[in-house]
Amino acid sequence: MLKKTPLNQTHREMNAKMVDFGGWDMPLHYGSQLDEHHKVRQDAGMFDVSHMLPVDIKGENTRDFLRKLVANNVDKLTIPGKALYTCMLTPQGGVIDDLIIYFLSETWFRIVVNAGTADKDVDWILKQRNIIAPDLEVLPRRDLAMIAVQGPNARAKVWQVLPEAKAATEELKLFQSVTLNHFFIARTGYTGEDGFEIMLPGEESPAFWKALHGVGVAPAGLGARDTLRLEAGMNLYGQDMDETISPMESGLGWTVDLKSDRDFIGKQALLDSEVTQHLVGLVLLDRGVLRSHQKVVAQRDDNEYEGEITSGGFSPTINQSIALARIAVEVAPDEEVNVLVRDKKLRAKVVKYPFVRNGKVLV
Amino acid sequence: MSIPTDLKYTKSHEWVKPEADGNVSVGITDHAQELLGDMVFVELPQVGDTFAQKQECAVAESVKAAADVYSPVSGEVIEVNSALVDNPENINQDAFGSWLFKLKPGNPSEIDELLDADGYQALLDSEEH
Repeated sequence: MLKKTPLNQTHREMNAKMVDFGGWDMPLHYGSQLDEHHKVRQDAGMFDVSHMLPVDIKGENTRDFLRKLVANNVDKLTIPGKALYTCMLTPQGGVIDDLIIYFLSETWFRIVVNAGTADKDVDWILKQRNIIAPDLEVLPRRDLAMIAVQGPNARAKVWQVLPEAKAATEELKLFQSVTLNHFFIARTGYTGEDGFEIMLPGEESPAFWKALHGVGVAPAGLGARDTLRLEAGMNLYGQDMDETISPMESGLGWTVDLKSDRDFIGKQALLDSEVTQHLVGLVLLDRGVLRSHQKVVAQRDDNEYEGEITSGGFSPTINQSIALARIAVEVAPDEEVNVLVRDKKLRAKVVKYPFVRNGKVLV
Repeated sequence: MSIPTDLKYTKSHEWVKPEADGNVSVGITDHAQELLGDMVFVELPQVGDTFAQKQECAVAESVKAAADVYSPVSGEVIEVNSALVDNPENINQDAFGSWLFKLKPGNPSEIDELLDADGYQALLDSEEH
């Protein structure tokens, strides 16, 4: 039996093509994944991301617990509402999950974790809670729905539906949030566009979704979500990172704080290990489509470096195939590499990602 | 969409159109394009290539996935639809009108053994359950 978000029936009414996404019955698209992608880049689209799980951590000294639990430093969170992107590591330094932490108060932080890893994450957090801070409450919030409204016109369209939210959210900077009645509104996203991620009671979400649709926000499925996040150079758990690989080799070094003397789970393993690979962007020069697990070869006079595509696909904005690939740190931007696609060697250029931000092609 | 009755079909969702000159045009069905979603790339065979029946001969790639196209009958490729290389979305708009390549059949009796429209409809019905 597939799990359903509170918007399941609404998706079906909008003729969504539904798919099994890690045990969740989710919309892949509502007709055309490409149209939905362009709508988000050029106007405004919305995604049901209620399969992701908010986990509230409450109690005295929550911050101390999080200092130990995650790789980034929650001491960077000084203003209530501020958010921080980071990852949770195994003691061996592998990535359990990537997540966003919202600082609501000294006794209330909210973590949002991925759908596919939610059970594993909650088990891990509870296990660490029991060891480090048994008095803290860990509250998975399956009662909340989450809707991401993204695109250059996303915020204005949210204000059309929620005029009372305008004053409170107009001045929000990126990675800041505010709680307003039943709504938790954050200026975050997974598309490389401006917009909000909004949490609200599940039972209120269909009416809110339909109201957004009424002001011209296009429903968008997981298909567009994947092409948008790839263009934005954002990692996907299970593809670009997992428990077997260090965050330093998964493009997550910027979310890991090794500077402060704070100890966190996985820190020692990172300090002890050598970083030999990194994530790079690829833009395909020949015709074709890059896909995950294809082999990448950088040819040198004396030797060659082999790597692998972790996420690949067609970029609707650039109209060419792009990818993230893990390869030796010696392989650098502007270099040309080969990708083995079926029986062919296709040429690709190594680039710095993101590929697209705020509607603009950067590569 | 209704399934054209003048075409033949395979279980792997190719359609085959017998032409007056004895050659056949080959494409992928509307059901196949719908499963794949927005098409972004087509890799066609070369004129002169010969294929056995059910051999991989082309690739249709959508935003979502790459799908092999299998030769419905044995034969030699005599023409490819190069227009699709620049406009793969034509397949989404008109799957039964977008042929990928034409074959000179090696064994014309293989054509008769393919599914007709009713047989293909029955296959789709059975796949839905």
